[in-house]
Amino acid sequence: MNSVASIVLNRSFQLGLLAVILIALATLPLHYQGYNIVRLLNIFMFVVLTVSWVIFSGSTGYMSLASAAFFGVGIYTSALLGDKLPIAVVVGIGALVSSCVAFLVGALTLRLRGIYFAIFTFGLVELIKHLTLWWEINMEDRRGRLVVYVENDIIFWVMLSILVATLLTAYFIRRSKWGLALQSIGENEEAAAHMGINVTLVKVITFAVSALFVGASGAIIATRWTYIDPGIAFNPLYSFMPVLMAIFGGMGRLLGPVIGAIAFTYLKEELGTEFPELYMLIFGIILIVAILYMPNGLVGLIQRLWIRGFRRQDADT
Amino acid sequence: MVEFLNIFIGGLILGGIYALIAVGLSLQYGVARVLNISHGEFIMVGAFLTWAMYTFWGLNPLASLAIVGPAIFVVGFVLHRTLFTRLRTSSASPAAYEGGSLIATFGLMFIIQNLAIITWGTDIEAYSFLNTGVSIFGARFAANRLTMLLFAAGICVVFYLFLARTRLGKAIRAAAQDPETAGMMGVNIKRVLALCFGLGALMAGLAGSLLSMCYPIRTTMGLEYTIIAIIVVVLGGMGSIVGSFIGGLILGMVGSIVLYIDPSLSLVAYYFIFILLLLVRPTGILGK
Repeated sequence: MNSVASIVLNRSFQLGLLAVILIALATLPLHYQGYNIVRLLNIFMFVVLTVSWVIFSGSTGYMSLASAAFFGVGIYTSALLGDKLPIAVVVGIGALVSSCVAFLVGALTLRLRGIYFAIFTFGLVELIKHLTLWWEINMEDRRGRLVVYVENDIIFWVMLSILVATLLTAYFIRRSKWGLALQSIGENEEAAAHMGINVTLVKVITFAVSALFVGASGAIIATRWTYIDPGIAFNPLYSFMPVLMAIFGGMGRLLGPVIGAIAFTYLKEELGTEFPELYMLIFGIILIVAILYMPNGLVGLIQRLWIRGFRRQDADT
Repeated sequence: MVEFLNIFIGGLILGGIYALIAVGLSLQYGVARVLNISHGEFIMVGAFLTWAMYTFWGLNPLASLAIVGPAIFVVGFVLHRTLFTRLRTSSASPAAYEGGSLIATFGLMFIIQNLAIITWGTDIEAYSFLNTGVSIFGARFAANRLTMLLFAAGICVVFYLFLARTRLGKAIRAAAQDPETAGMMGVNIKRVLALCFGLGALMAGLAGSLLSMCYPIRTTMGLEYTIIAIIVVVLGGMGSIVGSFIGGLILGMVGSIVLYIDPSLSLVAYYFIFILLLLVRPTGILGK
């Protein structure tokens, strides 16, 4: 048992496993067609949303509900530019525009603390949504627009690349000095500032970086939806879900949010199309159970059981 | 003059219901420290219970207030005694409790809304009650809206008197200021907090009953009212009951004016005020 554990915990084994999984995923469209690809696409999308939420909010403790705003900005970029530029460029522009919005919002509002920041970012989503709606109805006399068609395989590969980029960024931020700075902001912002960390700069830039991936994933998934309107693009669920998935998975390790996002999106794909109410109902129940009994999320729970298992073994020998 | 009255009384009607909703949320957040995202769902449930009792049993909506109110109060009270009390005692810090309870109310929102969708579907429902015009100095209003205003104002006043004049009201105010000290002074904190959460839910339920007399209702309408309630509470200053009352009236007036200029802009105007307010004075009008 111990030797198995040491292999599993071995870094090069983990990296190798990750590489195998990635290659398997990347070649998937060559074997499978249709619905399974779409299903994976949604899982990728939610992993991207959740992990980019964790990059900023997980460590600093600022609960952002702005994901839907960045996501929607990406979607609208795709709707406006999709037929004029190649899709890779559109995705890049979507990412940059979202990031700029995040930069502005961050510079304006990151002095708001605690619950005020959460409320503000949520208000922002609704403001953008209703402004866009008003603009479309009154200025352009229409509601919603069509998005250019892109082949499923290409959407899949673009989304997979965004996913890999998000995970790599999250991983390296966590291991860097930058990540330590974020962590210390989360624990005690004043002390962090006294230690010489430029708190505002670190927060604003991290916020902007995390929005890059959200915007990019919005830009690419829009091509899959083919029709969008402000209600679809700026749906507040895209703000709530990443938070809840991250908390369910547990934010102590990078794996937590990933598992949370995969678990819920899988459940959604299984139940969501036929019984959407049932899915949301189960989602709510799991959420409350998780917040009551798993304060460190699924990963925290597994870790605790794992450690307990080791102790028992030590006691046996 | 008639136009002014139209806007002014229209503002009072909107403001009255906003104030009622916001006072409920203010009680839950200001005292019980639960920023209740599912607040609007209690409004929706109140509205649908009233609608169901009117359409299936022919029960007068005003009479159903007496059934809906206590029923929803019990639900809120029990929820706090079980779920939120457990969360509160297991949380490491007040800030952790605020975060945890916020997430828990997200869960509640999903549960209540989807139970309602399973029970009542997603169609828009409405019924006609007191749907006659009343003329006030030439400005015409539906009788049901004026009734709604009357009841909303009445409930707010009764609640204010309860808070200001009774022993229990004093205990609630003490718990709002400093729960630990209040506990040491002999206030049964667990009961008072649960009471506040229950009363907040009760006001949401009553507001829902009143709303259903005037406006079409849907099982998915909750979140919109939650957001309006949050805007009003922030506008009035978090934790200040009187502030919520004033904030409700202000937002109602703004809503009425914008409705007169361009109805499609009313939500935009709300969010605009809200965001401006958070940037300029996040503590609100009467905040500390």
